[in-house]
Amino acid sequence: MTFVLETRNLTKRFGGIIATDDVSFKLPAGARHALIGPNGAGKTTFVNQLTGVLNPTSGQILFEGQDITNWTVRRRATAGIARTFQINQLFAELTPLESVILAINERENAAHEWFSPLGSRETIVDEACALLDRLTIGDVRDARVGDLPYGKQRLLEIALALAAKPKLLLLDEPAAGVPESEREQILDVVARLPAHVALVLIEHDMHLVFRFAKTISVLVNGALFCEGTAEEIARDPRVRQVYLGEEEVQHG
Amino acid sequence: MSGSHDKDLQSASARLLKQSHSRWYEWLFWAVALSLFVIFGDFIPGVPTRLMLLTEIVTLALLALSIDLVLGFAGIVTLGQGAYFGLGAYVAALLAKGGAGTFPMSDPVIGLLIAGLVTGVFGFVTSFLVLRGSDLTRLMVTLGVALILSELANQMRWLTGGADGLNGVMPSAVLGIWEFDLWGRVAYLYSLAVLFICFWLSRRIVNSPFGLSLKAIKNNPLRARAIGVPVNARLVAIYTIAAALAGIAGALLAQTTQSASPDMIAFHRSADGLLILVFGGAGYLYGGLIGAAAFRVMQDVIGNITLQYWQFWLGAVLVALVIFVRNGIIGMMVAGWARLRKGDGQ
Repeated sequence: MTFVLETRNLTKRFGGIIATDDVSFKLPAGARHALIGPNGAGKTTFVNQLTGVLNPTSGQILFEGQDITNWTVRRRATAGIARTFQINQLFAELTPLESVILAINERENAAHEWFSPLGSRETIVDEACALLDRLTIGDVRDARVGDLPYGKQRLLEIALALAAKPKLLLLDEPAAGVPESEREQILDVVARLPAHVALVLIEHDMHLVFRFAKTISVLVNGALFCEGTAEEIARDPRVRQVYLGEEEVQHG
Repeated sequence: MSGSHDKDLQSASARLLKQSHSRWYEWLFWAVALSLFVIFGDFIPGVPTRLMLLTEIVTLALLALSIDLVLGFAGIVTLGQGAYFGLGAYVAALLAKGGAGTFPMSDPVIGLLIAGLVTGVFGFVTSFLVLRGSDLTRLMVTLGVALILSELANQMRWLTGGADGLNGVMPSAVLGIWEFDLWGRVAYLYSLAVLFICFWLSRRIVNSPFGLSLKAIKNNPLRARAIGVPVNARLVAIYTIAAALAGIAGALLAQTTQSASPDMIAFHRSADGLLILVFGGAGYLYGGLIGAAAFRVMQDVIGNITLQYWQFWLGAVLVALVIFVRNGIIGMMVAGWARLRKGDGQ
């Protein structure tokens, strides 16, 4: 079995605090995996090490069998690791179309072109339009990103990540803060993501997790608490204890 | 169905391309710049010759344009662009003086290119200092580089003439044809042509995929990195280009005034350049050009009325502009135009 992503004894310390505690983790190609855990369990810190924003204190990260522990953010991005952000990180002054074209340009190594005007490569523009349509935000492609409603911005977050044609996509709470009316749209988009892309969902929302994830890892205090299929995790009384809370246990 | 979809896609491409097309008011702008030559070129009896002033405006406009590239498009705040301006001025002056008015050393175009090259290399080397850190660090670092260079120009008397500067700078005829004349006619047209070429290049840059990535970096460097933009390489590239343009601007001033002085590399050049850009509006390319004209004309007009207090009025106008209007003179014009069109619609 080939693994897209693997971490070996990954550890991150901030002073005396251990944010990631000896995490060894494997992700097969095309996975639908969820990373869950209570607040402060170190989920985002873990993701930041995978994408290269933070350097681990010790341990290794392998992507498609290659050691990428010391790679820069950009090198990992071009190799096929994409992420969305829990808090929107968009280009407020650009349009959605421009934002996606920018990402495709980088993938196609066309972004250093300084003489030909933007839009002269029609295949890139077409691809960008198609991607925005697929994510149901084609209608606002020429609006200013900063003026878009929050739900559409969340969808653009995903579009930007997909534009890189990633092999591994890390979705950091894709539906966080989205009003109920726009929520279903985002869930649909997540459900229709290409099957060959390995997906890691970092999520609080258990409905979302059990709807999409086939496998789940539970992170507690920076360490892997347990791993298994969605059914196993749902049944595991220890998980209910630490994560789903006392209330659930009483009801169950 | 598929036909209308294709049409839709075409329009997306076309709309993007349209942003890079030139518009009527741009042609108007350059036509006005050219017509000033006729009006103030001592062709019409009774109208004073103001070509030297206009030429200086052109060089300031190019300096401000170079700041616009780094600040308005890439988001790097700088208080040191004057260093490159001054360096370019000294390089061009030394070349023209050394060549004693003969080809090739005194050739103005070759002088410009060498000045641009030297300042570009210096800009490339110093660009690594502005990559890291906050806006404040960048301000301090660029200011520091500018102060060092201006002090060097002051101290290296054997090369720069110290406080006296370099006089007797004699560039040869432009392209071997047009000698610089007493009225400054050749000087103005030559400078305007150089400004136009540099402007046209800058315009291509900001409308290109490369330019888009600069805007993205300015908006959100974290996300830009995450989608694979080589942020540092892009910033180095634009900073280097802008330094070369500033150097060419300084070289123009040295060639057309036939001198170089510590005043050209002094700190106030950097401050003036930034002020001019904010005045005109950053991020439009034309902001620096219009700002330079407004700044220098204001200086002239107020200076004629009350010489000592011109900076007082300059400060007052600046404060008013920054508080009451977004994005300077051009921002004011854009807002006014939008209001006008809205009014038409009703």
